Amino acid sequence: MADRTPAPDTPELRARWSAFAWTPENKKTADWHIAKYPGGRQRSAVMPLLDLAQRQVGAETDTQGWLPLPVIEYVAQYLGMPVIRVLEVASFYFMYNLKPVGKFHVQVCGTTPCMLRGSDDIIAACKKRGMVKGGVSADGLWTLTEVECMGNCATAPMVQINDDNYEDLTPERLDAVLDALAAGQKPKTGTQEPGRHTSEPAGGPTTLTDMVSANHDYRGEW
Amino acid sequence: MPKVTVDGQEIEVPAGATVLQACELAGKEIPRFCYHERLSIAGNCRMCLVEVKPGPPKPQASCALPAADGQEIRTDSPMVKKAREGVMEFLLINHPLDCPICDQGGECDLQDQAVAYGRGGSRFDENKRAVTEKYMGPLIKTIMTRCIHCTRCVRFSEEIAGVDEIGALYRGEDMQITTYLEQAAAHELSANVIDLCPVGALTSRPYAFEARPWELKKTLSIDVSDAVGANITLHSKGREVMRALPRINDDVNEEWLSDKGRYQVDGLTKRRLDRVWVRRDGKLQPAEWTEAFGMIAGALEGDKGSIAAVAGDLLDAETMFAAKALVNACGSNLTEARQTGMTYDVSKLAAVNFNSTFAGIETADAILIIGSNVRWDAALLNVRLRKAVKAGAKVYIIGPEWDPTYPATFLGSDLKILNRIPKELGDVMKSAQRPAVILGAAGLAKGVLAATLKLVDKFGLVRDGWNGFNVLHISAARMASLMLDFTAPGGMGEIAAASPKVLLSLGADEMDYGAFGSSLKVYIGHHGDKGAHHADIILPGASYAEKDGTYVNTEGRVQFAEKAVFAPGDAREDWTILRALADALGVTVGFDSFAALQAKMIAAVPALGEEGLADYGALPKPDSGAKFEGEIAGYPIKDFYLTNPIARASEVMQRCSDELLHGADVKEAAE
Repeated sequence: MADRTPAPDTPELRARWSAFAWTPENKKTADWHIAKYPGGRQRSAVMPLLDLAQRQVGAETDTQGWLPLPVIEYVAQYLGMPVIRVLEVASFYFMYNLKPVGKFHVQVCGTTPCMLRGSDDIIAACKKRGMVKGGVSADGLWTLTEVECMGNCATAPMVQINDDNYEDLTPERLDAVLDALAAGQKPKTGTQEPGRHTSEPAGGPTTLTDMVSANHDYRGEW
Repeated sequence: MPKVTVDGQEIEVPAGATVLQACELAGKEIPRFCYHERLSIAGNCRMCLVEVKPGPPKPQASCALPAADGQEIRTDSPMVKKAREGVMEFLLINHPLDCPICDQGGECDLQDQAVAYGRGGSRFDENKRAVTEKYMGPLIKTIMTRCIHCTRCVRFSEEIAGVDEIGALYRGEDMQITTYLEQAAAHELSANVIDLCPVGALTSRPYAFEARPWELKKTLSIDVSDAVGANITLHSKGREVMRALPRINDDVNEEWLSDKGRYQVDGLTKRRLDRVWVRRDGKLQPAEWTEAFGMIAGALEGDKGSIAAVAGDLLDAETMFAAKALVNACGSNLTEARQTGMTYDVSKLAAVNFNSTFAGIETADAILIIGSNVRWDAALLNVRLRKAVKAGAKVYIIGPEWDPTYPATFLGSDLKILNRIPKELGDVMKSAQRPAVILGAAGLAKGVLAATLKLVDKFGLVRDGWNGFNVLHISAARMASLMLDFTAPGGMGEIAAASPKVLLSLGADEMDYGAFGSSLKVYIGHHGDKGAHHADIILPGASYAEKDGTYVNTEGRVQFAEKAVFAPGDAREDWTILRALADALGVTVGFDSFAALQAKMIAAVPALGEEGLADYGALPKPDSGAKFEGEIAGYPIKDFYLTNPIARASEVMQRCSDELLHGADVKEAAE
């Protein structure tokens, strides 16, 4: 499991982040999230606001973004709630990064279906490119995390990089995706299997075959 | 009222009761860790599993399941036994087997329940989890590997104390209880989480490795650190009080205790006056009792009536009665207990009493606080006010701002605002069903008692079954001294103006001794504090832990405390000193034993003989000419942890003051 302790509270951290405040657009979004809840219940918006803060930190640092303690305190103060309650949320959910990450946060699924379909090779391929688990690679581009099931077992193995999934991977296909990302392109998301669209059965449908070409009414045949 | 069957026994339970409460009503013991009567229901320890029909065919957490009509509950079935064994086995997987070095040993819920409901041995061969210790301040010691994640401490600080500072970080097996950035828990009730912790994760830092619970003698006592009169048990070993724990009394302290009441007890062994001292050539030197008595008798030679007595804040009623008897027998009536010089009218005690009672103030729906920092003046009362606010009460405060832990409106510190009631305040108070006014010590010191009484009619504070006029004292001895008429109308000024030849100071450490330059100052007390510095003669007395006594809290509740240990050295119980002094002065006070003293006191003031609320009658008619004057510049308590001589002698209180109030660097105990 990834190390979930927050980045240490150092003077450098304070100096870098204690001036954190929403950008004008993010302030609008934050207030829009808060307005979704009845007055006095603004605490309910803590999760979208933490995500927003993480993205703003990401934009400022050209990474996926993370949550330094002063930023967590800013969110707490913005919502008028105790900091410890915000830190509880931030430390509970894995999508909040408590430590700095690279530009691309590569989360490789290592749970049983992915493992059986070769996630070990995927992890090895990642490491071969200089990624380290839980840390940022030397070029500042990559952070590698091994995660539990991401719900893509039908298209295993898979990785999630920032907001997108890349599925049906082999080391070669992963390399192609990562190369494209590193080059600033936007590779195709989802399955990387040629001819496959989403998570339909590999090799074509095996049930409801009459539905493939046209809308077939099965009701009379039940 | 639902009827349920518990193990074949049919009982009726109150509406809204849980299955766990139903089982308790039926006399069944349900093991539990996370459930606590005074906290919200979490339902996360799973120890309270029972079998309930109708319902899913699996064990149910009884603490979170409402009792419903026709339920058939079993607490003795094989399924329940197996379920409890299973839960206990899971809880023990990550719990260290360190009971021999754990301070909770002997009073540990997990230990007891593992014996009663667990299976004999462990089947767990893997490595146990370990958790780093967390710093939670000078009072709470943490060994977080022992934590079973019941979250009682989190719920206490959020719900009761109102200071959200403890939380549960991370998730699952990695969950850890901590304060934000391991800052010290800094509120007045923080140490109650030690009592709440069902295991040894949060233990008492000052009491670490001091004693086992079965070695301790338990004595029922009353806390004297404030005027709440919290019910406590003093745990003593040999001649030393090791710790003070709260007793359950729903009318007074529920089951909480302020940190000062709990941890000032180490001051009982420090800076004690344990022998007689007299001042010779400007220096205090050891002496004998007879010599000291001779000096006092000599000073009064020919003018026996020139004697006055001033009572301190920690005194029991018996000591004050004995002092009054002595002073009166000498032909003087110069006695005063309001040592800081307050002169409010005490002819009607209802006007200086907390009439709503602590339990009653919870039901108030509009509260005006005049000149009191309730968190420091009476931390346990603030818990009640917080409950009232949670139930919808509005609170207005006059005085410098402090953090009440609940929403409250500060109306500034100028008292004159009350001569013309602000519209918002007036509307809220007048439309309230149970309006209350609390006049604190800072307000009393400004002499606005009479003006505050005028608010009784204005706001309709007294109505059927409700008296909303309250005075909040901060001295444990205050109400008893007023009941004993231990006051002079002119206050300390009158005593000083009489310039008595002998001034008996009964543990009075807050008074101004400068006004008594010509008097022979006799200090009868237990700690070498401000009073002893000014004294010409020191007669060593007993602290509240070392004598039986009667105390009256600010609600007028009469309570008895028992003697836990003997006073050190030559120190004597105060009444014996006063009795011996009577002989030396050649007067009779009419008692030779504590029982006789108490009987005489009860004959004089019958209310002191009955435990419970004293009846002070109706509120006096207000003086229509009284006006609010002045401005509350500050509250009398400047440092919550150092308000009395015992606390000032206590290293623990000193450390709390340094670290929590004055921000000194964290000092880890060298262990």
